[in-house]
Amino acid sequence: MESNSILSVSSLTQTFTTGDHKLTVLDDVSFSIEKGSMCSIVGPSGSGKTTLVGLCAGLDRPAKGTIILNDINIGKLNEDERAKMRNQHVGFVFQTFQLVPTLTALENVMVPLELRGSSAASTQLKATELLAKVGLSDRLHHYPAQLSGGEQQRVAIARAFINEPDILFADEPTGNLDAETGATIEDLLFELNRDLGTTLVLVTHDLTLANKCERVIELKKGSIYRDEVTTDTVAAKSREQVTPPNQ
Amino acid sequence: MNSFFSSWTWKMAWRDARSNKGRLFIYISAIILGVAAQVAITSFRENIDHTVNSQAKELLGADLEVETNEPYTDQTLAFFDSLGGQQSSVVEFASMAYFPKTGSTRLSNIRALEGGFPFYGELLTQPKNAVEKLRTGNQALVDQTLMTQFNIRIGDSVKIGNVILPIGGAIEKVPGEAAAVSLIGPRIFIPQRLVDSTNLIQPGSRVEYKTYFKFEAGRNMAAVEASLEADHDQRLRYDTVEERKEEIGEAVANLSKFLNLIGFVALLLGGIGVASAIHVYIKRKVDTAAILRCLGSSARQAMNIFLVQALVLGFIGALCGTLLGLGVQFMLPGLFNEFLPVQVDIGISWFAIGLGFLTGTGVSFIFALLPLLTLSKASPLYTLRTFDDSITSLLSTKTKGIIYLLIAITIAGYAVLLTSDWQVGLFFTAGIIIAFGLLLGVARMLMMLIRRFFPTSWPYVWRQGLANLYRPNNQTTALMVSLGLGVLLISTLYFSQNMLMNELQFASREDAPNLIFYDIQPDQNDGVNSIIKRNGARVIQNVPMVTMRIDSLNGVSADSIRNDSTRDVSGWALRREYRSTYRDTLLDSETLLEGEWVGRAPDTGAVPISLAQEIAEDLSAGIGDTLTFDVQGIPVKTYVGSIREVDFQRVQPNFFVLFPSGVLEPAPQIFVTVTRAIDRNQSVQIQQDVVQSYPNISAIDVRLILSTIQSFIDKISFAIEFMALFSIITGLIVLASSVIVSRFQRIRESVLLRTLGASKRQILIITGVEYLFLGLLSALTGLFLSIITAWALSYFYFDISFIPNLWVIVLLTLGLTGLTLLIGLFSSRDIYKKTPLEILRLEGT
Ligand SMILES: Nc1ncnc2c1ncn2[C@@H]1O[C@H](COP(=O)(O)OP(=O)(O)OP(=O)(O)O)[C@@H](O)[C@H]1O
Ligand SMILES: [Mg+2]
Repeated sequence: MESNSILSVSSLTQTFTTGDHKLTVLDDVSFSIEKGSMCSIVGPSGSGKTTLVGLCAGLDRPAKGTIILNDINIGKLNEDERAKMRNQHVGFVFQTFQLVPTLTALENVMVPLELRGSSAASTQLKATELLAKVGLSDRLHHYPAQLSGGEQQRVAIARAFINEPDILFADEPTGNLDAETGATIEDLLFELNRDLGTTLVLVTHDLTLANKCERVIELKKGSIYRDEVTTDTVAAKSREQVTPPNQ
Repeated sequence: MNSFFSSWTWKMAWRDARSNKGRLFIYISAIILGVAAQVAITSFRENIDHTVNSQAKELLGADLEVETNEPYTDQTLAFFDSLGGQQSSVVEFASMAYFPKTGSTRLSNIRALEGGFPFYGELLTQPKNAVEKLRTGNQALVDQTLMTQFNIRIGDSVKIGNVILPIGGAIEKVPGEAAAVSLIGPRIFIPQRLVDSTNLIQPGSRVEYKTYFKFEAGRNMAAVEASLEADHDQRLRYDTVEERKEEIGEAVANLSKFLNLIGFVALLLGGIGVASAIHVYIKRKVDTAAILRCLGSSARQAMNIFLVQALVLGFIGALCGTLLGLGVQFMLPGLFNEFLPVQVDIGISWFAIGLGFLTGTGVSFIFALLPLLTLSKASPLYTLRTFDDSITSLLSTKTKGIIYLLIAITIAGYAVLLTSDWQVGLFFTAGIIIAFGLLLGVARMLMMLIRRFFPTSWPYVWRQGLANLYRPNNQTTALMVSLGLGVLLISTLYFSQNMLMNELQFASREDAPNLIFYDIQPDQNDGVNSIIKRNGARVIQNVPMVTMRIDSLNGVSADSIRNDSTRDVSGWALRREYRSTYRDTLLDSETLLEGEWVGRAPDTGAVPISLAQEIAEDLSAGIGDTLTFDVQGIPVKTYVGSIREVDFQRVQPNFFVLFPSGVLEPAPQIFVTVTRAIDRNQSVQIQQDVVQSYPNISAIDVRLILSTIQSFIDKISFAIEFMALFSIITGLIVLASSVIVSRFQRIRESVLLRTLGASKRQILIITGVEYLFLGLLSALTGLFLSIITAWALSYFYFDISFIPNLWVIVLLTLGLTGLTLLIGLFSSRDIYKKTPLEILRLEGT
């Protein structure tokens, strides 16, 4: 494929067996995504979106097919190598936030860098900066349970960006939020993507949101039903403008 | 393991623990008491060992003690002279002591002393050095307990045999003897020169002649022992300091072995508590581990965070336990003082402390291992799809098998270490494993049965509570196993104690004899019987007794059988002095097992005798085997005509060897008379009258003995109960923590129900029903198992009958169920007091 593709998936198949019943959730899916681009994945519920991004992020092993992420065939990596790969190249934002309940907002954001062994002072500084960027400078020492859903998701986004990932997967990041908060989160994602040049893979039900991306992949029953590139998107335009980050 | 030491792991462990502090403490509180018990007992034992070692010579009061049952022969006396050193002798026998001032009598242990015994240590008396009065004047020293009991003062007199002498002092402590000795036979010291005038030593009397030696330093004790082993015309038994030390060491080892096992039970219960608590805790951490793995931590790193927590917690638990144990050890000597021959110096035992830390940390580690390992299997995928299965399903059967094996090996190893006995240790472990398996089986079966025969017609809240027993996230197995095992251990302890106590009630039966006179000379027999009758009591039995020894068995002399190690004959049975009787009928306490009972001896030939089953076994003698007895110098040829079972529990003279009439009548004999006094006054009056007329006759007041035994058992069981208390409290902590921990499983649900409009009462009933069933079922299962265990103990070990006390069962069941219910409801009280939202936020952290 193209040399500037960051993620390329070929003939990806995933099956689950429950009891003696075999369920094919992804069936021979292939596509590749350009560095720095924004791509959305849409499709009806149960079509395999979460399964797909989970596989791409290396959270699971496929039954068949290859995933090449950042020129690395992640199917060949073992669990710990994949963990390291995730830590260095991948960010993930979940529909259900997935913050560690016993860590404060600040500590949650710090984890990826701490895992890398970065110095405590610089990690804390960076985490504080990121939390400020997502508008939570006054909630640094709150526990997840003390934050609203939108605030938790913003912490999760700050955490996803702290390791400056090459690619960020977001699985319905606004699914649990009201429209207005959802919009803020979306803006945040786009903004960070723009500022840092991160590739964004966004799973969503929201077609308006999907259409803001320059590419939309639609899944149906585990196969790619539609794969469209729309160059004339808000995202593509805004990237050309190169606006300075605003808070 | 390298990530274990990374500062991030420790930092994360701390951050995560920070908001869980209280909850985490519950997890380890269970092991604190177990560790405390171990530390207390181990250091107590170390202290005793240390004391015994440092006071070794005081244990014997001399370097050597030589003992015979007959007066010394000239050859023996010459031998003693050749041994040299300082010598001191004691003539020891049992006799009635009579206190004229109060008219009280008591069978006592008379010790006629001559010379400087004790050479080491001190005979503690009130006033000090009263022992000098024995040497210089004709005065007696009487056991303090006896004086207190009869309200006797120094200066009052005591009559022993035909001698009356003033009491010069009270005995507080005799070197090497436990205080409890005075309960069995109060000690009275008299000057040896007065023995003859007491006129108490007569044919058939049991007397011990002891000589104590003090040698110059550096004396070759091996040579002395060798010369004692050499042939003498009299059997000389001896005891050296080393031997005495060993004996005491063994006794102490046995005591601590027993206490240790009781303590170990507490530790095990604690371990189970830790396991079930950590299990639930870890289950809540699977999500966290999955998130961390998503963010790029390795499986090991994620697990290590919680491993660090488990280890640190175990360490803190061990620390608390060790400190508590060090405190408790100060109480132990108080509990056992009366049974110990030494005054224990309490010191810090580093060994005990080390052991406490090791066990505390080790137990919490081992029992936390299984849930911990599951964390390393927490897939990052669980961030996408919540994990809601049993966490152990994450581990392969092989891994689980290895961990269970590891736990079993640890338990077995520890039990063996504590008891220093392979068999006991393995037996104990096997028992625990079987119980564990049974409880697990019962729990599974219950869940299956409830599901199968679900009472669909019950009201909703009851159905909901009942269904909680088998629905996902149920605590049934964990609670059943930990509660059930706790009930099992505690009630087995209780049943055993109850069973032993019951066994002692034999003599309080209405018509049971309760006063026994022995050492009655033939010319005194009629006199004693008439005194009894004159006092309005009945002579229940009046039995002649002839002392004899075994000369040969099937033609082989007793000595050569003893020296023949290939023969399976008990040396004790060969050596002992037999006190046999003769009569022409069997009593109703005797049952013929084998052979034929002959009531009258044939005029010529060997005499057909009857052996009690026990002694026949010890002698490996069967029907037809010949035995020659040495009846005070005259050989009497006999053969085993019959073997009978004797009920030795009856209060009456029982005999190993029973002769038919027509043989022993002319032999020197003494009589034993058994009677029953209606009350204490009558008993005292008869004893007084008999002792006044015949000072040599001894009386056994069964009532007194029983109350002595009772107080003995009371003291011992108090000590045991004290140790068992550790198990009981641990059991309660485990109960509480299991329930509190399980609350985390249920609270979300209750809140949801509450949000959906359930009333406080409904939630209360649902929660109550669940805990009611859990408590009831585990109490019943545990009790059922403990009845089986107690029965097995009674049948195989104590050899007594066991009838479970229904009251105990009912009370234990009610108590435990009530307690479970109470703790369950109490720990769920937040649900009613706080708003659902508050709780959800609280529980989120
Ligand atoms: N571990 C599993 N075992 C069995 N079936 C599974 C498993 N994981 C996913 N599935 C099935 O795979 C299908 C796709 O699931 P997936 O979560 O990827 O869908 P989705 O497109 O993300 O849906 P939604 O929009 O509702 O989130 C579903 O039918 C689901 O039931
Ligand atoms: Mg999904």
